[in-house]
Amino acid sequence: MISMSHFLILGAILFCISVAGIFLNRKNIIILLMAVELMLLAVNMNFVAFSYFLGDIAGQIFVFFILTVAAAEAAIGLAILVVLFRNRRSINVDDINSLNG
Amino acid sequence: MMTPSSFEIPNFLPAVPEIFVLAATCVILLADLYIRDDKKVITYLMSLATLVGAAVLTITLHTGETVLTFSGSFVSDPMGDVLKVFVYLVTAAVFVYSRNYLIARNLFKGEFFTLGLFGVLGMMVLISAQNMLTLYLGLELLSLCMYAMVALQRDSINATEAAMKYFILGALASGMLLYGMSLIYGITGSLDLAEINAAIKSLDDSKMMVASLGMVLVIVGMAFKLGAVPFHMWLPDVYHGAPTAITLYISAAPKIAAFAMVMRLLVEGLGDMHVQWQEILIIMAVLSMAVGNIIAIAQANIKRMLAYSTISHVGFLLLGILAGTAAGYSSAMFYTITYALMAAGGFGMILLLSRSGFEADRLEDFKGLSERSPWFAFMMLILMFSMAGVPPTVGFYAKLAVLQSVIDVGLVWLAVVGVIFSIIGVFYYLRIIKLMYFDKPVDTAPLETTADMRIILSANALGILYLGLMPGSLLALCVAAIG
Repeated sequence: MISMSHFLILGAILFCISVAGIFLNRKNIIILLMAVELMLLAVNMNFVAFSYFLGDIAGQIFVFFILTVAAAEAAIGLAILVVLFRNRRSINVDDINSLNG
Repeated sequence: MMTPSSFEIPNFLPAVPEIFVLAATCVILLADLYIRDDKKVITYLMSLATLVGAAVLTITLHTGETVLTFSGSFVSDPMGDVLKVFVYLVTAAVFVYSRNYLIARNLFKGEFFTLGLFGVLGMMVLISAQNMLTLYLGLELLSLCMYAMVALQRDSINATEAAMKYFILGALASGMLLYGMSLIYGITGSLDLAEINAAIKSLDDSKMMVASLGMVLVIVGMAFKLGAVPFHMWLPDVYHGAPTAITLYISAAPKIAAFAMVMRLLVEGLGDMHVQWQEILIIMAVLSMAVGNIIAIAQANIKRMLAYSTISHVGFLLLGILAGTAAGYSSAMFYTITYALMAAGGFGMILLLSRSGFEADRLEDFKGLSERSPWFAFMMLILMFSMAGVPPTVGFYAKLAVLQSVIDVGLVWLAVVGVIFSIIGVFYYLRIIKLMYFDKPVDTAPLETTADMRIILSANALGILYLGLMPGSLLALCVAAIG
């Protein structure tokens, strides 16, 4: 029997992978965007698990909204990526350094 | 659980300003397609009319009572109404200031205004959120508009790079916030902020630990959005890289919405965990004041300098919230509103000095401003004094009010730290005043501005002076709004 803690551990692992992906990745911005998406999916896993085991539908409704927002976010992220590539001819994380911060 | 038979038509009245802004922005979005590039001033005027209309609706529908609607997920209360009116006011000022700058850079297009208005809608939803879902949707609507706006100048390397950094870190912050929300939802079994607050009172120790973890993640997400240290990395880069008009937009009104987000989530949702979040906010406030004020000294770019100044102001804002008293919340609200007005004026001055092909974003561009335009040098003097917290400007009263509220809860050392860092901060504000009044101008071109911008910018700076001399009315408004 799969219990709630299994789902939560899976969610936590996915979340940690995505955070590690954002901070450790030194190569490609597309991987950063993938990590961001994974992070939202990890949250969705949590919401669905809680919603199912609490018997409360609100969590699943929240997931619909997160999925929708994630799609909009990916669209904007990729659009920014395209203009960035046009300007710099590179999507390497290490090249994104003209602002010293 | 809601079944179809129990469905009833919600009360739309409290959300009429939001519905109006949404409808008007959609109309502008469509109308803009048929407006020729040299007639974009029509879009601009329609956008201003939308903000005026929203303000009229918010003020006429203001009842002074708290009204819940949409199954308790949306609230109209005095705090929200006051904050919304200031959001409209500041955004309208932003549009007026930005006009010449955008025309000179060929950015005076419908996108700026529609994204700006959708951002305002996001802020309004965020301010009125009474449910984690509404709060998240408002926040994302605002954030997505801001990411796109930063990248509006498509041929600029700095702007697109700033947009990418802002997007990645903003998305990371949203992810953290959501993960925290999911844990809080799992523990309390509700998305409604009032129900969460009620459920937290009766948690046992092991569940309380999960709720604390959720709270920490939520605070991390909020600190990112506010720009509090140690989650401030994006702020100087975005302020520096974005076109100044967009920096102006980002720096002013969204801070009001961010304050509302903290109030809704921490105070209304997790108010019972005050002892726990107070400690976190103390650390963030001290670090923000320290990092903001000290690093600002080393900046040669005025947009970067004002970005670090923003970080230090966020530290002061957190002081009022962490006090955890009604007086503290109203002082933080006062601080936020006055900060938004000061930031609008400060970046407005940069826009005033800029012209086609010249950004005026270095400190030396302010040299000898008193010889070129004594009046606007004086306006900048008022703005800088206010940011530094020199009486009789409103910045002084705002700082005094938040420091008073932390002293009242017995955190005298924190007030002392705040005073020390604000004294350090005075240095870099006074440096601008020194450059304006005691140095010879490098750039002697006359200021290219229109009358409307001169009038609004002067009114903005004089308003700060007026509020400093008569802080009573706004202070009373904030006290009444917090209740």
